[in-house]
Amino acid sequence: MSNPNLIQGATGEWEMVIGLEVHAQVTSNAKLFSGAATTFGAEPNSQVSTVDAGFPGMLPVINRYCVEQAVRTGLGLKAKINLTSVFDRKNYFYADLPNGYQISQYKDPIVGEGRLILDMKDGSTREIGITRLHLEQDAGKSMHDQHPNLTFVDLNRAGVALMEIVSEPDMRSAEEAALYLTKLRTVLRYLGTCDGNMEEGSMRADVNVSVRRPGAEFGTRCEIKNVNSIRFVRAAIEYEARRQIDILEDGGKIDQETRLFDSGKGVTRSMRSKEDAHDYRYFPDPDLLPLVLDAEWVAEIEKGLPELPDEKKARLVADYGIKPYDASVLVAEREPADFFEAVAKGRDPKLAASWIMGDYFAMLNRLGKSVTDSPVSAKALGELIDLIADDTISGRIAKEVFEAMVETGKAPGAIVEEKGLRQVTDTGAIEAAIDEVLARNADKVAEYRSGKDKLFGFFVGQVMKATQGKANPAAVNEILKGKLSP
Amino acid sequence: MSVDPATVKKIARLARIRVDEAELPALADEVNGILHFVEQLQSVDVEGVAPLTSVVHRSLPLRDDVVTDGGSAETLLANAPDRIECFFTVPKVVE
Repeated sequence: MSNPNLIQGATGEWEMVIGLEVHAQVTSNAKLFSGAATTFGAEPNSQVSTVDAGFPGMLPVINRYCVEQAVRTGLGLKAKINLTSVFDRKNYFYADLPNGYQISQYKDPIVGEGRLILDMKDGSTREIGITRLHLEQDAGKSMHDQHPNLTFVDLNRAGVALMEIVSEPDMRSAEEAALYLTKLRTVLRYLGTCDGNMEEGSMRADVNVSVRRPGAEFGTRCEIKNVNSIRFVRAAIEYEARRQIDILEDGGKIDQETRLFDSGKGVTRSMRSKEDAHDYRYFPDPDLLPLVLDAEWVAEIEKGLPELPDEKKARLVADYGIKPYDASVLVAEREPADFFEAVAKGRDPKLAASWIMGDYFAMLNRLGKSVTDSPVSAKALGELIDLIADDTISGRIAKEVFEAMVETGKAPGAIVEEKGLRQVTDTGAIEAAIDEVLARNADKVAEYRSGKDKLFGFFVGQVMKATQGKANPAAVNEILKGKLSP
Repeated sequence: MSVDPATVKKIARLARIRVDEAELPALADEVNGILHFVEQLQSVDVEGVAPLTSVVHRSLPLRDDVVTDGGSAETLLANAPDRIECFFTVPKVVE
């Protein structure tokens, strides 16, 4: 079978090998080692303690909740929790790093090997290995565009807790990398450990890309730093793989280096200044003792975990009989999944799924709204589905009622009464309407009987028109068939 | 293990310490002296001995997740060599 992930080069096929390092900002009130706030968008330098600003003699004290969040994330990624972990200093100089080092974890991270399940488009799944997760501090923010020869530094972000989540080099296409980021964000949001907001920088990715001949050893990789949207991750990978293939096919070799993605031009370029970037001279932070966790505390955190997307998906498929791919779309966020369950409970789940994923999602997209601020509640949509199920209205009329619900916020039952949309199931009334249509179109009846059976749809349409769409379609079909047969 | 003057130069650069070329050989000797001392320590058999992380027997203190600090931009910036409004400013460092 041909592998759709392979890239055709001038000299044969190539395969991408991708690993991601995701920096996810821990949801917490205060920073990892200080009592300053973490709120996004505050006045410059208003959320900075002397610890964050690297004042002499200041000592870091770790935030218990940030540790708990890292453990919770590890458990959500089915990973090994290391009961003893160590904080190290990662040394480098930059204007927005007041200490000259970042407190991070190097040899002994808080979380070890885990995994993430990708939901592929065809309904299958694919497992990507997680190498580790460690806690570290964020740096401050540098702004280079405020002044012709000065850089502005805001330390509000300095010291905010980050989880660096490192994957195995298990991905083989830009698409898989995008799915990985999407799924990781979903899991973090379910856990409540990171809001996953890439626009505000709460989630950023370093992307490692190399190429090889299918089945060969891994090639030399390049690291593309700090890519801040899923779309850019995709574009950066596509560009970088092609760049590497072109070099190799011309007989060149890849230099292992750090690169930057220029989103304006859609290209990656070398960051020459980062030549020594990997020489961080890590050593254990003498200000911090090893972090030792109580196994009982970890067990307690595990007990408090919510139902995660993979389990929720499996349950929706098993309990409601919906398709795996539909289930994976519904569980991509907690709210739509809850909404589905509220609508589907005690009703036809497939009808509920098709309404939610069809008209309901389309309406949200159109209005730029989400499930939480939707003009149509789960209760109201459920009532609409009940009206279809008990034959009060047809599926077609239901669409009209739904639009009215969106516009007016009224209950579907009230709209049906008000507009007189109740379906005609009285066979006598339907028969009368059919007789009238047939009488008016005697020529077409003759054509139909002489074999032009495509005209059946025309008669249905006429009858529905005559009844303003209120006739029960099944009854119309049945009676019409009887009357038209010679 | 020992280092040559070129390695010492690199380490100095990474640590942002200015060292004259002429000083490098002497510095390399000093660093090698330290490394030699550490090498002697390496010969001690520590099989089964856990690394000593602290001489005080206590665990890492943990803090509650409450905001107790910040809101003092003026104090922070008081000693800054250069500032504009509430930003620290430095000579442009751009990639």
